[in-house]
Amino acid sequence: MGAVVVFVFFAVQSPAFRSPRGIANWLDPASTLGIMAVAVALLMIGGHFDLSAGVMTGTTALTVGIVAVEFRQNLWVAIGIALVVALAIGFGNGWLVTRTRLPSFIVTLGTFLMLQGLNLGLTKLFTDTVTVGGIDDVPGYATAEWVFASRVEILGAEIRVAVLWWLLFTALATWVLLRTRFGNWVFATGGDEMAARNVGVPARRTTIALFMTTAAAAWFVGTTLAVRLTSVQANTGIGQELIYIVAAVIGGCLLTGGFGSAVGAALGALIFGMTQLGIPYLRWDADWFYFFLGAMLLLAVLANRLVRRYAEAARR
Amino acid sequence: MAAPKRLLALALAGPLLLSACTTDSSEDGSGQAGSGGDAGGGDLAVAVVTHGSAGDAFWDVVQNGAVAAGEDLGIEVDYQSDGDPQRQAQLIEAAVNRGVDGLVVSMANPDALQESIEAAVGAGIGVVTINSGGERSTEFGAIGHVGQDERIAGLGAGRRLAEEGATSVLCVIHEPGNVGLEQRCSGADEGFGGSFDTLQVDINDLTGAQSAITSQLQGTTGIDAVLTLNSAVAGVAVEAAADAGSDAQVATFDLNEDVISGIQDGDIAFAVDQQQYTQGYLPVVMLKLYAENLNTVGGGQPVLTGPGIVDADNVDAIADLASAGTR
Repeated sequence: MGAVVVFVFFAVQSPAFRSPRGIANWLDPASTLGIMAVAVALLMIGGHFDLSAGVMTGTTALTVGIVAVEFRQNLWVAIGIALVVALAIGFGNGWLVTRTRLPSFIVTLGTFLMLQGLNLGLTKLFTDTVTVGGIDDVPGYATAEWVFASRVEILGAEIRVAVLWWLLFTALATWVLLRTRFGNWVFATGGDEMAARNVGVPARRTTIALFMTTAAAAWFVGTTLAVRLTSVQANTGIGQELIYIVAAVIGGCLLTGGFGSAVGAALGALIFGMTQLGIPYLRWDADWFYFFLGAMLLLAVLANRLVRRYAEAARR
Repeated sequence: MAAPKRLLALALAGPLLLSACTTDSSEDGSGQAGSGGDAGGGDLAVAVVTHGSAGDAFWDVVQNGAVAAGEDLGIEVDYQSDGDPQRQAQLIEAAVNRGVDGLVVSMANPDALQESIEAAVGAGIGVVTINSGGERSTEFGAIGHVGQDERIAGLGAGRRLAEEGATSVLCVIHEPGNVGLEQRCSGADEGFGGSFDTLQVDINDLTGAQSAITSQLQGTTGIDAVLTLNSAVAGVAVEAAADAGSDAQVATFDLNEDVISGIQDGDIAFAVDQQQYTQGYLPVVMLKLYAENLNTVGGGQPVLTGPGIVDADNVDAIADLASAGTR
């Protein structure tokens, strides 16, 4: 609903916004954000946050760059190593949260800060500067580019392949949530962890798996960044974690867990992408972007709450 | 039952009201016909897309320069910025889709922008690059570059500090991941030739930056000069030196009113000025010349806007201009 309103609003005023090339343009930020937002939504349904998700896209992108360029490895080897690193970080987050019973907010805040320092420190150590460049000169780049950064022509517009991945991941996450036993575990763990344990849900394993899923998504997005931009800055991804949470919340996820959907989070990302590029298409002063975004977040959450109350009232 | 409907009406009415406002203002503004599409008919449209974050005083002056040039020359100028290279590339693509005639791009991260800049050039749009990234400008097909060579500017600052009698310099970097800042520090190191340390602080946390500089000055004996790369950091560096009871002199890159009064009061030795107003103004002129007369400026070399040095000798003349937002 919100996505339609936002689309109509921008499309009416800007022909370039609604042209196929314009659509390909704003689907691009929506897609990488959407892949993360879907994973973050799963984690939020399971009752947790991951504040390290944004900086982790930077960590994986830098790992890909440093292993490939500085250690002269095939790009696919670098991408594989980055996946191992990401899954290890995700496992660490999940393990600490379930072991120590600390709020995930605190644990992942710690991870966030540590990764931010590592990203900068290690990049400078290996490259003597703050960026890794020249990723396109590494063996394996052509196939990696095809998988992560190619374009597909649809209706005369060159759509980035990330958009297709985003659709695939959203469908996959929806299927897992609604049709599998793991999906039930996620809802149960996020709804009431003690009750879930009492009926035999492996809550600890579910939580760790969700953190690893978020990390895997960060790996995918980080790799996409590294391959597409061919150079990575040490500060990549910082601050994005809140945007992922915003997208998930606009899409109907509750901060308290136990409720939400992957499709909602994907639509939240779509709204974000349209707003981000809709403002320059209308030639508005971009200084107001965050105000607009914040207002939209509040409106979306209020609308979701009213709709849910109405739905609950109708059910009774 | 009634509440969701009312809210829906509100959600729809809000944007519509906003849009009503904007149509009004654009009509009595530059008189643009419709939004987007072709901006032909003699009126040029130029988009400026930089990597400055919103609210950064330095980029505000660049924006002022570009807007002033637009007004002086009767060109429609639109300014957008995003510090994230991928989002900057997306903004460039949006400008190309909107059908602008000219594009001004700052290139903090040339690799990341290569594809979108080449796409703009391929679409027949004149591109001028500004600020950093001059060495890749021609390769991407830009008609010119306006900026400061960061290494040369750093070199100048380092030499000047040596002339001022400094023996040990602390170079304060305020943005992790900014290549230009690293180049300034390494250029200054080269030009200075003495004991040289760098310190990493966060521009979004100036009080934290101040205490970091204070503790560095207390912890490392012998530092007699602090070189900051941003005018806001220069202000806190002066306070930090006072807190630490250090006699270290402060020098900085870039101006603001605090830096100017600091130079007038003798708290700041000098500022390296890259005259970023010209980085906004000149490209618009260059794009007009190119569009109407196929002129190019610079002969394939970057047009340098700095380093100019502002010190006690010339600060008074510049003070008023800085408060007007053009220096």
